[in-house]
Amino acid sequence: MLSIIRQLIRDTKSQKLRTFLTLFGMIWGTTAVSLLLAFGEGFHQQLAKESAGIGNGVVIGWPSRTSMPYDGLNKGRYILVDDEDIGLIRKKALGLSYISSEYQTQYKLHYKTKILAVGVTGIEPEYGEIRNLIPQEGGRFINHLDLQMKRRVLFMGDELAEQVFGNVSPVGQTINLHGSPFLVVGVMKKKQQNSNYNGSDKGKVFIPATTLKMMTGQKFVSNLVFAADNVRDTGALIKDVRHIMAARHRFSPDDEEAIGFWDTSENAKFINTLMLAFRIFLGGIGCLTMVVGGIGISNIMSVVVEERTREIGIKLALGAKPGSIMVQFLFETLALSIAGGIIGIIITFLICMTFPALNLSDTVGDPRLSPISAAATAAVLGLISFISGYFPARTAANLDPVIAMKM
Amino acid sequence: MILGSFFNTQKNNQKKENDGVISLKGLSKVYDTGKVKVEALRGVDLAVYSGEMVAITGPSGSGKSTLMNLIGCLDTATSGSYLLRGEEVSGMSREALASIRNRRVGFIFQSFNLLPQISAFENVEMPLIFGGMPKKNRKERVMDLLERVGLSERMDHKPTELSGGQMQRVAIARALAMDPDIILADEPTGNLDTGAGGDIMNLFIELWEQGRTILVITHDPALAKRAPRQVEIRDGNITEDIRRN
Ligand SMILES: Nc1ncnc2c1ncn2[C@@H]1O[C@H](COP(=O)(O)OP(=O)(O)OP(=O)(O)O)[C@@H](O)[C@H]1O
Ligand SMILES: [Mg+2]
Repeated sequence: MLSIIRQLIRDTKSQKLRTFLTLFGMIWGTTAVSLLLAFGEGFHQQLAKESAGIGNGVVIGWPSRTSMPYDGLNKGRYILVDDEDIGLIRKKALGLSYISSEYQTQYKLHYKTKILAVGVTGIEPEYGEIRNLIPQEGGRFINHLDLQMKRRVLFMGDELAEQVFGNVSPVGQTINLHGSPFLVVGVMKKKQQNSNYNGSDKGKVFIPATTLKMMTGQKFVSNLVFAADNVRDTGALIKDVRHIMAARHRFSPDDEEAIGFWDTSENAKFINTLMLAFRIFLGGIGCLTMVVGGIGISNIMSVVVEERTREIGIKLALGAKPGSIMVQFLFETLALSIAGGIIGIIITFLICMTFPALNLSDTVGDPRLSPISAAATAAVLGLISFISGYFPARTAANLDPVIAMKM
Repeated sequence: MILGSFFNTQKNNQKKENDGVISLKGLSKVYDTGKVKVEALRGVDLAVYSGEMVAITGPSGSGKSTLMNLIGCLDTATSGSYLLRGEEVSGMSREALASIRNRRVGFIFQSFNLLPQISAFENVEMPLIFGGMPKKNRKERVMDLLERVGLSERMDHKPTELSGGQMQRVAIARALAMDPDIILADEPTGNLDTGAGGDIMNLFIELWEQGRTILVITHDPALAKRAPRQVEIRDGNITEDIRRN
């Protein structure tokens, strides 16, 4: 074993440039593969976080105008959805987990000397579950009693809370909204949210739907927000909701514009597929780089075998087993590529560790080298280096000692 | 030397039981280079007994080295039979042949064939490593061998720091390392001047007197005459086989 390592050092010394280039190729290949896998993983996790940001598999519906005549009624009719409709859907739609109405308006917010224009959303308690609005410690979300009693309570986005209160703890404070005093009952826990409609949740104020209706006199919802029991059944649920609404408001069940639906799970699915294709593509490029490195190793080993032909011949003549000659050369190849691979993985680790400092985490996520990715990289590396070492090693083992000694 | 005589008697006993250490029957070798086929050996019959010393002579290209390589299991015959100590060698695998080369044959070449990067000690040690001898036993064995060829002082020298005669002594020590059944030397004095060549020949005769079985190829008639048996090869056939006393 020790002599094999000594031999390896001797060989690499006599082939400095080639060794360097080969090692570089292997480092490059390993770094490419593992880094791409790491970024893919980070990006995927970021995506998962974001889809949880708007809510997992949330559907947003917005009542609009009919796009086709139906049942003797003209197209272009406004469809108006109220709380009764929401109640109907809640009762009838199959596979529905939560639904909430959503009313929107803009109000002026006063707190001490501060005056801000904020987006106010009137909602039902289910809204918190669907849209992933989790209260920070010490607070709570709008509840059924608030709704029933049309209480003047509010739940606010974390960014807005900081803007208004600074270091003061917001829960329990009273602020003025459109001239009425409101009690702050909760502040949203910080969350990642990249997709939104009408602004990010972190800058909004949420109050009971009933309270908002009373203040504005609105009768009809701005949006309906709901989610399916099972994310995979979201498509069917949307169809069902459309049918229920079509029957009630007399529009065609095929009219996709009467109430527009945004299926966010569709988005996630699409991005997931895209990501997978992207990862396969990048992984493929990484593997190709490794193959090039492997060819380099194969090349260097062939030269080493050629240079050492006479020595191999002598060793065979003295009774070295062809099998052990083969093992020696295979070992040298593996050692060379494993060295390259280890350096490559270390580089990837360093990049993963320094990446968060670049502040790009919100857009592409933090690269993460999972054990599975590392194992996959190692497997590809091992396979390629074995193949690239095998042929030169076999050539060495199959040398004819008589001819080899004459070299 | 007690050990030496032990081997000696054992080898003499074997002589009675078997035909000999080496027994060749109708051995032929054809080199097929694609375009032409060269018949280097044309059905050679030869028996060599334990403790014999045989000088092999003949003109250039007559097939001496080919014969030596076959006997040394460096190459395999095209047809015919080769019994080494009664064991059929033809048809053996490469691994098995490697094992025979390691344990039963000691080969000495005209061009020494020492590894230039390593010391005399390490060169002699090589067959022992291949033979799987533990490290602590190896050291003693190598020192003993180098002493026998008179090179104890030079054990740390690289081959390039040695004279031709000294290199060939290292090669002989290496050939003796595994205590082989036969010593084969292909023109061992070919690259040496007369003085050094004579010394090497003396060493072979000394080894023969200690009971070794030795085959030596030589072009030098004077050296050949010192061997008790002389086999002449011409054109792939044995043309003469003389025993002197
Ligand atoms: N590897 C080979 N391929 C083809 N022909 C070969 C090979 N080795 C030897 N020969 C041929 O076989 C014949 C015998 O060669 P060999 O080397 O045995 O001769 P030799 O008696 O040892 O000659 P010398 O005294 O010059 O060493 C020669 O004609 C040679 O050209
Ligand atoms: Mg010859």
